[in-house]
Amino acid sequence: MWSFSNIANNLHKWLSETFNPTMTLIIEMVLAGVAVIGLFAALGLVLVIMERKVSAWMQIRLGPNRVGPKGMLQSLADTLKLLVKEGLTPNGADKLLFNLAPFVAMIVAMLLMAPIAFAKDFQLWDLNIGVLYVSAISSIMVISILMAGWASNNKYSLMGAMRSGAQIVSYELSAGLSILAVVVMTGSLQVSDIIYSQADGWWIFKGHIPMVIAFVTFIIAVTAETNRAPFDLAEAESELTAGFHTEYSGMKFALFFLAEYVNVFIVCAIGATLFLGGWMPFHIGNWTQFNHVMDYIPSSIWFFGKTFFLIFVIMWFRWTFPRLRIDQLLNLEWKYLLPISMINLLIVTAMAILKWHF
Amino acid sequence: MFEEVGTTTEGDIIINVGPQHPATHGVLHLVITLNGETIKKVEPHLGYIHRSIEKMCESLSYRQFIYVTSRMDYLSSHINNHACALCVEKGLQVEVPPRAQVIRVLMDELTRIASHELWWGAMAMDLGAFTPFFHAFRERESINDIMEETCGARLTMNYMVPGGVMQDLHPNFQKKVKEFMQLYKRKIHEYDELVTGNIIFQNRMKNVGYLSAEDAVSYGCSGPAARGSGVSCDIRKIYPYEIYDKLEFDEVLETGGDSFARYMVRIREMQQSIHIIEQLIDNIPEGDFQAKTKAVLKLPKGEFYTRVETARGELGVYIVSEGGTTPYRIKFRSPGFSNLSVLDHIARGSKLGDLVAMMGTLDLVIPDIDR
Amino acid sequence: MSNEELKVKITELLPAATFEEGGEWLTTNIEPKDWLPLAQQLRNDDSLYFDYLFCLTCIDWKTHLTMVYHLSSTKYRHNIVIKSKLDRSNPEIETVSHIWRTAEFHEREVYEMFGVNFLNHPDLRLLILPDGWEGKNPLRKDFEDPINMIKL
Repeated sequence: MWSFSNIANNLHKWLSETFNPTMTLIIEMVLAGVAVIGLFAALGLVLVIMERKVSAWMQIRLGPNRVGPKGMLQSLADTLKLLVKEGLTPNGADKLLFNLAPFVAMIVAMLLMAPIAFAKDFQLWDLNIGVLYVSAISSIMVISILMAGWASNNKYSLMGAMRSGAQIVSYELSAGLSILAVVVMTGSLQVSDIIYSQADGWWIFKGHIPMVIAFVTFIIAVTAETNRAPFDLAEAESELTAGFHTEYSGMKFALFFLAEYVNVFIVCAIGATLFLGGWMPFHIGNWTQFNHVMDYIPSSIWFFGKTFFLIFVIMWFRWTFPRLRIDQLLNLEWKYLLPISMINLLIVTAMAILKWHF
Repeated sequence: MFEEVGTTTEGDIIINVGPQHPATHGVLHLVITLNGETIKKVEPHLGYIHRSIEKMCESLSYRQFIYVTSRMDYLSSHINNHACALCVEKGLQVEVPPRAQVIRVLMDELTRIASHELWWGAMAMDLGAFTPFFHAFRERESINDIMEETCGARLTMNYMVPGGVMQDLHPNFQKKVKEFMQLYKRKIHEYDELVTGNIIFQNRMKNVGYLSAEDAVSYGCSGPAARGSGVSCDIRKIYPYEIYDKLEFDEVLETGGDSFARYMVRIREMQQSIHIIEQLIDNIPEGDFQAKTKAVLKLPKGEFYTRVETARGELGVYIVSEGGTTPYRIKFRSPGFSNLSVLDHIARGSKLGDLVAMMGTLDLVIPDIDR
Repeated sequence: MSNEELKVKITELLPAATFEEGGEWLTTNIEPKDWLPLAQQLRNDDSLYFDYLFCLTCIDWKTHLTMVYHLSSTKYRHNIVIKSKLDRSNPEIETVSHIWRTAEFHEREVYEMFGVNFLNHPDLRLLILPDGWEGKNPLRKDFEDPINMIKL
């Protein structure tokens, strides 16, 4: 009764009874926009404090523990600090591109929220090429990084942006191929179809070994796409003092910072949707009692649980591994990940045709 | 501000690394000529922390100048003080009692472990893994606590005097060191798993910054930087001082010549230091901790040179005395000075990311270089 | 080789060399003009093989300057000290940075601190001191700096 889809449907019914169709559409669009921005802000706050606490516990220290109970209000303090900081534009910077870059990053992140299914039947836009849309829009991220690096009029920023551009463009290939593995098994690009096809088990279990390989390459590729360690050369502190966002301060820096974390959330959400079943509870074949118990847990809890588990894994990587050098990084992609993903795709296609999966 | 450094061809950019930079340990200013990502020339600009220690020592007495040297290579401060005390004792022809000798060697080896710990943590952090830094400091804290009880300070321990040590060991010293040893032997395996065996670390350090043995000797490298290329130069073995000739330990040599070899030399040296401490901790002889010397020391006319093995390499102290109460000229031959001169040679042709690995394995501490 | 054998060998190579008594290592005094040939022979001779220059410095005796070179051999483990008196008004000596590469930095330091001109040095300029200290030679005994130096 209180599921998200019910609330959405009731709201839609009430709105279409009260207002004419155009007005309903406009109000719904505004509400959706506000909800996305709200989710953005909430995610940003939660992920920042999560990163700091997780990293602290892994480094045998406590992390923020002064602001609020156990330091939970630290992100609010950080946001306030970033808002009141002076936003400098360096001398000689290209003003239009410099100011536009963070906004492009935010727009990309917001657009990517559309096809994600947060709960049962609760998607902003279930378009029939959902997965392709995600892959395409995430490529625009490169533009914002290159704009930021170039417009800063700073040698370090330029080097960081160039490195990052090369990295993202390369790793998109492996990410795309791993996504294709799931699409081939499902036979559809639509996100809701992919989720419903996992009703009798998640793809990572149904597709056994080739799907596990696809999952692993997906995780590695998206860690590289979002510029997270061990692939964070673009912001390598010890080499280039913050890379492409060296010259940003105040609100614009906050937008880049936020966009990075929301990107991590989105790619983990995609990973959870494609490989771990999205909002599908954990069913095991014919164990009806077990499945019934699992069904009691609301679908949004399943979705967020899986996504945050993947976010934790990606954060774990950051604090364990050192950084790869740029040529080692590109080597990894072009000589190892790409051939593996291509061969894996062939195997998955064979598996789909010959029905060798569960 | 600085002159044109050599000729630059099309497409070269000149960038400054430092003086304030998260990766250079101390204030080192490197002017790097890059072509894309490849380094063409590295030129160090020194002097940001030059405190004219050599000139200062000409007006300090023989008892006073020892403590200025703790600030030279502050990570091996005991060893620096030890070198100066040995040089003054050579001039005075004073015999150091056996208890003092053993205490000095124990303190030296603990300092060596602490210095290598900090090196390890900082090196991992430069390469991008932030967590080992905290693990390293956890061990360093135990050593600092032991030092604080006996010597009174945690970083610049002014503990050595000509003739012995300033005061006796704290009663808890033996117990605490033994506890530390037990803990440490387990932890050092953790380090191997977390960092040394990690394939990403190995790829960042293998075949990076190759230094041949002839170049190491010609450039005057010493310590782990030279031992990583197979040059046998451990002063504790070749020209033993104190009781090192009676102890059983290996000189760690690796023949790789690259950064990974230098890294492994330091890791194994930490294990050798533990071995030395284990041999000594139960056998500290009783007796005086300081030989009787006059209050105001006067060295006879002449020149005296001592060399010791610090955590970074060979430290030489050269005192020229005219018979007065202050030295006429002191020269400190610091290991970092020569190790830095080899950086340009090994960095040409590598990538910017490798420069960080190379600086890390050469273990440069800038106050040591600038004096 | 012991100190006596080294003495014999050095006299063979450079008859004009004089020796000082005392000290644990053989101390040889030579003329500045003899330094480069002697250095090359010390490096290349098979029985001497001094390949490690571990200390290069200068001492200001108020009437003259003395260059001091400490050499060691990684093969035979013998050490030697070479000294050379320089004229205080125009101190000049040949560089040995092409024989022992470590001398490059050490000679730059002696140049800035004492004012010794090293002939044919590839890159003789200030190393540790900042710009503007050329010619001031702080480690000389007659260096005066009323603002920064406090006489105890």
